[in-house]
Amino acid sequence: MTVSASSQTKAPQALIGFDPKGVVPANEVLLKMYTLMLTLRLWDERSLKLQRSGRISFCVTTKGEEATQVGTVAALRPTDWVFPAYRQAGIPLWRGASLESLAHQIFGSAKDVCLGHQMPNHYSFHHLHFASVSSVIGTQIVHASGAALAAQAKGTDDVAVTYFGDGATSANDFHSALTIAGAKKAPALFFCVNNHYAISLHVSQQTGAKYLADKGIGYGVKGVRVDGNDVLAVYQTTLAMAERARRGEGPALIELVTYRLNPHSSSDDDARYRLKGEMDEWIGKDPIPRFEAFLLEKGVLSPPQIDALKIQVEADILEATKIAQETPLPNWQTLIEGVYAEIPAPLQADLDDLLAYEQGLSLPHPGAFPL
Amino acid sequence: MNATMTPSSQASAPLVQRHPETPITMVQAINEALFQALASDPRVIVFGEDVGISGGVFRVTEGLQAQFGEKRVVDMPLSEAGIIGSAYGMALAGMIPVPEIQFADYIFPAFDQIISEVAKLRYRSGGDCACPMVIRTPYGGGIRGGNYHSQSPEAYFTQTPGIKVVIPSSPIEAKGLLLGALQSPDPVLFMEPKRLYRSPKGVVPLEATPIPLGPARLVQAGQDLSVFCYGAMVDICHAAAKKLQERDGVSIEIIDLRTLSPVDEASILTSVRKTGRALIVYEAPKTGGYGAEISAIIAEKAVEYLKAPIKRVAGLDTPYPYSLESVYMPHPLRVMRAMQALLAF
Repeated sequence: MTVSASSQTKAPQALIGFDPKGVVPANEVLLKMYTLMLTLRLWDERSLKLQRSGRISFCVTTKGEEATQVGTVAALRPTDWVFPAYRQAGIPLWRGASLESLAHQIFGSAKDVCLGHQMPNHYSFHHLHFASVSSVIGTQIVHASGAALAAQAKGTDDVAVTYFGDGATSANDFHSALTIAGAKKAPALFFCVNNHYAISLHVSQQTGAKYLADKGIGYGVKGVRVDGNDVLAVYQTTLAMAERARRGEGPALIELVTYRLNPHSSSDDDARYRLKGEMDEWIGKDPIPRFEAFLLEKGVLSPPQIDALKIQVEADILEATKIAQETPLPNWQTLIEGVYAEIPAPLQADLDDLLAYEQGLSLPHPGAFPL
Repeated sequence: MNATMTPSSQASAPLVQRHPETPITMVQAINEALFQALASDPRVIVFGEDVGISGGVFRVTEGLQAQFGEKRVVDMPLSEAGIIGSAYGMALAGMIPVPEIQFADYIFPAFDQIISEVAKLRYRSGGDCACPMVIRTPYGGGIRGGNYHSQSPEAYFTQTPGIKVVIPSSPIEAKGLLLGALQSPDPVLFMEPKRLYRSPKGVVPLEATPIPLGPARLVQAGQDLSVFCYGAMVDICHAAAKKLQERDGVSIEIIDLRTLSPVDEASILTSVRKTGRALIVYEAPKTGGYGAEISAIIAEKAVEYLKAPIKRVAGLDTPYPYSLESVYMPHPLRVMRAMQALLAF
């Protein structure tokens, strides 16, 4: 499975693995990468528990796909714009967002930067160059083309990147995005996180293309396929494609081949559609134990250190979610804030009308999100 | 699904096998209507994202692929424009397409196909041809789904001549209206209030009769005030009216519009001319919402009968919120307050 990075140009369909002769991050970066992968895994576990116990309405997890976030963001600059789908919490965390800020978002609390305007996991960290998450499939892909054109216009050598799933390659905006980036040789990286399922539809039913990376050909966009469960292979490929884009050599469609180990969301029942045997195969390719083995062998971490790290991360997550849970919901005025830069007078009047008689009424939350 | 179903080739046996008096959900009612349609007409084809193997994200199409096969109940790639564009082609080629858009919030990639193509074919061909289809899509709030799983975009479509917009308000209405929509010679956007998908249940005939598109439904007759509503708002209005009637002894008429476009103008005007007061309730943002059209009809054609200004209860003019959804959504207390204001005017 391991193919050296130098063969990328000849065989886009070959799965790129880790190149031992290629760039490997410094030990402290490796440790940060590992800590983040662990954090994402434990964050998922905590979120699911919160959802199952009715404390948050919904969650999407990234279990199995941690390397696709960590390996990419570690190879990018903090100024590179990121246009995420809804499974990329690792990007803001890498760039300095606190667990508490994520927790306030999933609770929609008064301290949520989005004012409780979005459902759980739909983060927004503009100051970290992490664009607001939309539930709509694929709309963000073309935003990366735009930010890449902006980098060209401004004369910086930043790149713009976007994440999307295998299903999104069928959406209109994927086509628009690659058309524009290809035509303009824009410095954009299109990370297609191929986790094999668009809710229930297996990737083999999503397209007639043999490989999603092949879809780049028609747009003049370089396509590569990477072992998305090997965080260092993801890192090396991202670095290579980003450098290429920064040099003005054009965009790349990077298919990160991975597998969604959890259902689509807290509302999905994946037993209905999983192919037999597939899950077992992919549990064997879990990116976290693979990276752990590498770090242990390299002497970056020891087994007791790993255990201690897990305990620490778990405690941090528990603390963050506890704070958010104890924070009240936003006040009613936040309902009408952020529609426009200025609140229209009739809208304020409508809200005041509600406030006049509903203040003090305790309106129950409707039931949990059923999808 | 609790119901076990058999194809209609056994002509006299009912399509759906369950106790006829057992209340069912709206999800089951729509499932039964789809089953009835697939079983009785080989031209009917159901397709969309996740409708096959998983039975749809709300399980509305549960069991249909197992019964009718992958060629008639089809899992489609993630392309709403592709789904509706394909439906247009299928319709011209003689099928009766029933595409599903997973959430109304995701219909917009297909907007061009619906607005520019599906809705206009009959007119632009001078009535020579059309592309009848029933586009099903869940809409509306009340499920803590935030702004991409809760919107009510009906007014974008009622502004487009050539496509009918139909919204049921209960299980029995859903089954009958969907069967009615399937008989329509014109394309129909069938919007399902997802808040009502699993509750309340209702008794629904095993073999439902299609409800013709067009006529509104009189939920209850009254003398003092007319309330116009549709979808999930019908129960909300009903609850508000009940409380006010019990408390103040007033008489409130409630009309479920059912077909938003083309609308049953006669029923609206007859009611307002009788009661002299009009309240319109909808959950979409207020401005430019469907209720504005009802208000305009009344203002144009029945203003001389009015004893009070026309009033609307609607969502705020904001995107659909998450944390404070229960403040945003019209609820019985808010509707009651509006009713009181009109009656006291």
